[in-house]
Amino acid sequence: MTTLTPVLSAHWDADKSWTMATYEKNGGYKGLRAALAMEPSAVIAAVKDSGLRGRGGAGFPTGMKWSFLPAPDGGPRYLVVNADESEPGTCKDIPLMLASPQELIEGIAITSYAIGCHHAFVYVRGEVLHVARRLHQAVAEAYAKGYLGKNVMGTGFDLEVTVHSGAGAYICGEETALLDSLEGLRGQPRLKPPFPAVAGLYARPTVVNNVETIASVPGILRGGASWFTAMGTERSTGHGLFSLSGHVQRPGQYEAPLGITLRELLDLAGGVREGHQLKFWTPGGSSTPIFTAEHLDVPLDYESVGKAGSMLGTRALQIFDETTSVVRAVTRWTAFYKHESCGKCTPCREGTYWLLQVLQRLEAGQGAEGDIELLLDQCDNILGRAFCALGDGATSPITSAVKYFREEFEAGMHTPADVLFPPERSSLFAYTPRPRKAQLAGVH
Amino acid sequence: MTVTSSRTDAATPLVPQAPAAVPAVPAATVTFSIDGIETTVPKGTLVIRAAEELGIAIPRFCDHPLLAPVGACRQCLVEVWAPGRDGNLSKMPKPQPSCALEATPGMQVKTQHTSAEADKAQHGVMEFLLINHPLDCPVCDKGGECPLQNQAMSNGRATSRFIDVKRTYPKPINVSTQILLDRERCILCQRCTRFSEEVAGDPFIDLQMRGAVQQIGTFDTHVLDFAGEAPAGPATLDVSGKPFSSYFSGNTVQICPVGALTSAAYRFRSRPFDLVSTPSIAEHDSNGSAIRIDHRRGVVLRRQAGDDPAVNQEFITDKDRFAFTWQVAADRLTTPLVRRDGELEPVSWQEALDVAADGLAAAQRADGTAHGVAVLPGGRVTLEDAYAYSKFARTVLGTNDVDHRARPHSPEEEQFLGHAVAGRTLQVTFSDLASAPAVLLAGLEAEEEGGILFVRLRQAVRARKQRVLSVAPFATRGLERLSGTLLPAAPGTEAEVLDGLVAGSSDSLLSDAAAALTAPGAVVLVGERLAGAPGALSAALRLAERTGAKLAWVPRRAGERGAVEAGTLPGLLPGGRPVDDSAARVDLAAVWGVDSLPAERGRSLTEILAAAEAGLLGGLVVGGLELADLPDPAQARRALEAVPFVVSLEVRASEVTALADVVLPVAPPVEKAGTFVTWEGRPRPFPQALASHQMADHRVLDLLADALGEPLGLQTVAAVHAELDQLGGWDGARVPAPAVDAAQPPAVPDGSAVLATWHQLVDAGRLQTGEPFLAGTAKRPVARVSAATAAAAGVADGGSLTVATQAGSITLPVLVTDMPDRVVWLPTNSVGSAVRDALGADAGAVVRLSAAALDIVGGVTADATGEGVTA
Repeated sequence: MTTLTPVLSAHWDADKSWTMATYEKNGGYKGLRAALAMEPSAVIAAVKDSGLRGRGGAGFPTGMKWSFLPAPDGGPRYLVVNADESEPGTCKDIPLMLASPQELIEGIAITSYAIGCHHAFVYVRGEVLHVARRLHQAVAEAYAKGYLGKNVMGTGFDLEVTVHSGAGAYICGEETALLDSLEGLRGQPRLKPPFPAVAGLYARPTVVNNVETIASVPGILRGGASWFTAMGTERSTGHGLFSLSGHVQRPGQYEAPLGITLRELLDLAGGVREGHQLKFWTPGGSSTPIFTAEHLDVPLDYESVGKAGSMLGTRALQIFDETTSVVRAVTRWTAFYKHESCGKCTPCREGTYWLLQVLQRLEAGQGAEGDIELLLDQCDNILGRAFCALGDGATSPITSAVKYFREEFEAGMHTPADVLFPPERSSLFAYTPRPRKAQLAGVH
Repeated sequence: MTVTSSRTDAATPLVPQAPAAVPAVPAATVTFSIDGIETTVPKGTLVIRAAEELGIAIPRFCDHPLLAPVGACRQCLVEVWAPGRDGNLSKMPKPQPSCALEATPGMQVKTQHTSAEADKAQHGVMEFLLINHPLDCPVCDKGGECPLQNQAMSNGRATSRFIDVKRTYPKPINVSTQILLDRERCILCQRCTRFSEEVAGDPFIDLQMRGAVQQIGTFDTHVLDFAGEAPAGPATLDVSGKPFSSYFSGNTVQICPVGALTSAAYRFRSRPFDLVSTPSIAEHDSNGSAIRIDHRRGVVLRRQAGDDPAVNQEFITDKDRFAFTWQVAADRLTTPLVRRDGELEPVSWQEALDVAADGLAAAQRADGTAHGVAVLPGGRVTLEDAYAYSKFARTVLGTNDVDHRARPHSPEEEQFLGHAVAGRTLQVTFSDLASAPAVLLAGLEAEEEGGILFVRLRQAVRARKQRVLSVAPFATRGLERLSGTLLPAAPGTEAEVLDGLVAGSSDSLLSDAAAALTAPGAVVLVGERLAGAPGALSAALRLAERTGAKLAWVPRRAGERGAVEAGTLPGLLPGGRPVDDSAARVDLAAVWGVDSLPAERGRSLTEILAAAEAGLLGGLVVGGLELADLPDPAQARRALEAVPFVVSLEVRASEVTALADVVLPVAPPVEKAGTFVTWEGRPRPFPQALASHQMADHRVLDLLADALGEPLGLQTVAAVHAELDQLGGWDGARVPAPAVDAAQPPAVPDGSAVLATWHQLVDAGRLQTGEPFLAGTAKRPVARVSAATAAAAGVADGGSLTVATQAGSITLPVLVTDMPDRVVWLPTNSVGSAVRDALGADAGAVVRLSAAALDIVGGVTADATGEGVTA
């Protein structure tokens, strides 16, 4: 039985957990002190040894990413923290920054020192104003304490941190679109190469990392690489935040070693909603292919989830019980992708527009013969053809839902989803569904 | 289908053809294969380009060879296998966009021809593109030449699976008076926005919104309050909040791969497959841009950019594209006219030629004070026509009184042209500009007076960080878009500034600029306006000498350079032969089969008109020129009234024809074959596009010479070319370099200012009439002064300023500009600002400034002919 390993979330329940005083009282900035006593290359080596992989979804080894930066040429190098958490179901970075922002700032300081960056940026999702405010306050506290600014802790290392709020676009979580947006341009992904490591922010070498990744760095410096590798599996080391939401007794953040299973997490969370059974779930947010009850024992690490046909993603575990219409859920997700497609490339822009119309037909019970094959073919024409991963992600819920629940889509040829699955039954609170709109498609 | 006729070849030893471009030997090459065909290409070549070389067509939309790749439309996806680190070939997991993929050694590319995956991917993307595309094809301008239509046929599904609701928009949006945007036709390839940003530097429209409702958009009209170079007609705002005002916007219509961008002038006018295309050369400037004239049943319907990598690449100015209706204006002359009892009457050609010959012969014979005939060919002539005027003056009229310069000019300029320009063709070319480390512009606004020259400079600035320096009174938006450095010079002080460009000058701006010009390959470009600044052309020669920079002269009009080569100058014979040089005269007389040529230098245009006004000239032969363009239009009018006999060769009725005794109609460029010579000295032959009864100037002069009993032998283009071949260049002595000292700047009393002025690219010129959509994109005329000068005149920014001389005044809204005090700038010939005509003055003159009694509301009012546009 795997147990929880609270590291990032260890002191979220402390009084005023977000303050510098609380953070310092609980060992804060020990990691930075340790790092500043080391050579930058040794810091990178320690992170490499820890096996820490990107927590933003792709799981790219963090130390290796840092070491891709070209040799210093005297010009600026940047660290950009991706705090634009927008994936449906994903809700780990926002509570982390809300409850323990100094963890992130310490990570920024250590990472900046390691890669030779003197100006780091946090691109935070603009809609979460309370988080942006808390980050600004935390950065100000860190400056006041000398953890940021000129001559950090008397070591001669200078570091500026700028917190920037995005204006509300899912695409700006894609790292190159984020960089364009940060530069003041329209947020659309860039052509690669050059990769950000070579020409990122302002065409300078740049490391872009997720909040949780950077926040995990101080612990590695405090506890050492072996402490970190003791958690998790051989290739998916360390701890991670697992965000349980939906039809679960106690939704929330569960920080556990990678490789824990949903069955274990559900036990910790009190199980699926009382009197109901698990129908399907997402392992890593809405753009990862869905799983069903048969996947309850899949270890939630990068390799095992991948082998089972999905992606670990952001460990956003959305739990749906048997009252949920998979057609309806997939239609909602697709509406999100259609709304958030940046418009740059044809497959994502036009494909999501079309997919939604077909799904809305099926949800309304007005599907036409061949619609399922059409959906799958549309997904095939988007997957791997789009400019960035957003297009690919939009197809995952559809293809996986058809794979596991094809009969529900077939029912869409004659019966509306809200007749098969009355929405009030899946509601967790008193709920009166809005009447179905008479107009189906082309509404935007 | 588009029918094209072949281009005539008109290279002669006088103006030799440019040698064929030798492809540069690539530093490194890459060998890889496409569809199993192995090919070797320069390193860095994109797969789609390499495929083109092999004749493999990969469908594409966003790709354009002159724009940076974006990989946005995803239509060009191909399957790619590449060797990994272990050397084993492995397939890339996703199909790759061939427009953004550089070929690498050993790569194996499989296009839709050999890969089912690539074919499926392309069909899928095409289907997506079509779901929201309206079925407009039967009424769309692009239908028949539409890449989307064509590639939907070649690489799309035969039937549509889309039974849902299309996205629609109201249509169209007027981006400017000329450019219309149908958003629902748009496939969002971003060629137009990338062109505007990368090539023209006028990002007038950009993407807005996102997802399926992403659109090329216009912006809130109150984004930023902006005063400046606003277009005369209504227009939407660009991304910076400025009203869209671009001289290159028509290119977006041409490169749009669908019918989303259309031009107001051509919209719904014809179907591409009904058009006959004739390659030609634009007549509006000295760049000699390659164009394609599309005509149907004898009517020109549109002009498109031709593709000439050496000159204009694939882009042209809006003036070259849209200003062609002047050739069929209502005032076109169709028959010869002879003045009888004070009225011009249509007569037969024979009668007109007889009357003209009698009149000219009488003018030559006259033994009173008024005797002799002078020739003013104007600056729009072809090389063939200029040569005919030159020979006609020397052999038939026996005079060197010939001057094509229908603009401010000087003896210093003539000497400069004889010394540094005539007979020195292709010494500085566009490709030299492309590789120049630094380019100095003196008396030359690259965008306003050069057009495509600006585009080519901007390309070098962006690609190679070329340094552009400009000697001018203020930094124009054009110079800013060239990231240029201004070397401030009040009008008349250009010579001083050019002479001040010495290494180690105490002025760091000047010493920096001098240092930049010493870099090998640097170029100095001087404009025709420098003729009005005494000593400036001499100083430019000294500068070139001092720094080793190459020097080239960039006139505005299409005929100027050819006319210099043909010797339509009082002291210059064809090929740079000096009149003063007896050997040159003997050489030429031998070719022309005459005993001798007049040895005395002739008179310049100003001297000719002065003589005419004074009653000392018997007759004038005038080609295509406007009196209002001359240095002193009032004097010119008096001169033409005073001179006893005037023969006018014109396309359209003009001020000259109104004062002429005999009017001989001649063909506009579209109705004749000929050769324009670019500022580089590159011959640009063009064929006759439309069948016509009208004759070119050289043919008319040939007939006139026959009537005078002195055959010219220039009946056909072939005859002219044969003679030019025989004539060849000149390797004898040249005209010596001018050495004119800079003039002392005039004293500027309080309440006065020195006038600065130059032409806007789109203005009130005669060759732009009859095209209201283009006129609406002209920049709204403003008077520019510094803040201090405006304050001294008691005018606020945006208020109205009156600029006056003894001759008259011009009142325009003021635009306060960072420029020297006591200098005022006016557009030379815009609606409401005809500087030479109204003020009788030109750059360098002292003019009076005062606040206007009444503010001009809206900036521009319609002119008498209704050709102006009201804001």
